[in-house]
Amino acid sequence: MFDFLQDYDLAGAVWTTVQLAVLSAVGSLIWGTVLAAMRVGPVPLMRGFGTAYVNIVRNIPLTVIILFASLGLNQTLGITLGGGGDFETINFRLAVLGLTLYTSAFVCEALRSGINTVPVGQAEAARAIGLSFGQVLANIVLPQAFRSSVVPLANVLIALIKNTTVAAAIGVAETALVMKEMIENEAQLLLISAIIALVFVVLTLPTGLFLGWVGKKVAVKR
Amino acid sequence: MTEVSVAKEDVAATGDLVVLKSVNKHFGALHVLQDIDLTIARGEVVVVIGPSGSGKSTLCRTINRLETIDSGSITIDGKPLPDEGKALAKLRADVGMVFQSFNLFAHKTVLENVTLGQVKVRKKDKKEAEERARALLDRVGVAAQAEKYPAQLSGGQQQRVAIARALAMEPKVMLFDEPTSALDPEMINEVLEVMQQLARDGMTMIVVTHEMGFARSAANRVVFMADGRIVEQATPDQFFSNPRSDRAKDFLSKILHH
Repeated sequence: MFDFLQDYDLAGAVWTTVQLAVLSAVGSLIWGTVLAAMRVGPVPLMRGFGTAYVNIVRNIPLTVIILFASLGLNQTLGITLGGGGDFETINFRLAVLGLTLYTSAFVCEALRSGINTVPVGQAEAARAIGLSFGQVLANIVLPQAFRSSVVPLANVLIALIKNTTVAAAIGVAETALVMKEMIENEAQLLLISAIIALVFVVLTLPTGLFLGWVGKKVAVKR
Repeated sequence: MTEVSVAKEDVAATGDLVVLKSVNKHFGALHVLQDIDLTIARGEVVVVIGPSGSGKSTLCRTINRLETIDSGSITIDGKPLPDEGKALAKLRADVGMVFQSFNLFAHKTVLENVTLGQVKVRKKDKKEAEERARALLDRVGVAAQAEKYPAQLSGGQQQRVAIARALAMEPKVMLFDEPTSALDPEMINEVLEVMQQLARDGMTMIVVTHEMGFARSAANRVVFMADGRIVEQATPDQFFSNPRSDRAKDFLSKILHH
């Protein structure tokens, strides 16, 4: 019953999914933190940019962003992200870029809600001992904000893992693309769907449970 | 004693550490500070009292610019208070502040709370900062709690750590914004004792408080505020035994007779 699986590189595809998710997660955590810092910062121009970015990017369908990365950035503007002439590498990198830009908006908002849980007095006390705005953010506000954002960030990460399937639209050989091939070639729709669903549950369920545990463990006691 | 402080300003200008000149501030329509003139000499302990809403906490917070002012000037050790940025941060390091709600950094241990500013602002090395932190924690009587987190300490202990954290910066002046108002009654004294010791050691202090006992025993001068104005300034003896303004008489009659 599972014989047909030998004809497909499912393991390789799942590995690609994991790589897409991990790289985009790291990228969006960094860019999302920068965006959150802009949105709570004292410079009106940066605040405006952060707000505009989040409100534009999170409201565009991910498919549009990924397709634009491929058709717009690569095929029209010739951006290859250092991938040379290798389309697989270029498309993989474009997918990571698209997922990162998209997910950052959600990371930013999860972090900003975390920042709002930090009492004003914490930042005031930090300013009162002479820390600069950046130092207050880096040493006091963000560490506490991250601790209370672990659970909402876990949601964002789970959504990201599932969103990697959109990369199939530009031909990245991840799990959903292999699923499409299998469904087209085999008469095993239910079984294939169940297998792919299971793959994602195996990826996301432990992630959610683990981060839920971490969230409790690192919670700031007040 | 308003006359005396004016005279002091003329004679010994170099001895003045904190000088506020016609400071005004509004919160929306509320004129919370009205033409405040106040001079604090080096080594002086000034207690600010008054009914709630009189602007005394706001006054305290303007001195390190946690609250901005609308007009007037504030100088600290001869330097006007900078608007923003590095210069302001530098000045704040010289002005210690103790808050009503302690505001210890919740995700850091007691020791880290007291070393952070030394390392990040004063650029001391970690070992030296920890030595000083432990000495200060010992001085305020919480050395045994150094490795704990703030939430594991009683209110009185937290406030004493907060005092140590401010002292670690070697401030020129210490601001206390109702430091005992959030404490259980039995913990008030342990904090006041630390403050009294500090006053005896010659620290310049501006203390907003409702603790009249502390005002009597430790203050050089009492500043009485009401409705955004400084109504009366006097030595504690004069103020408590013979207040001149009706507003102060009224205030004292309400708090001293029960």
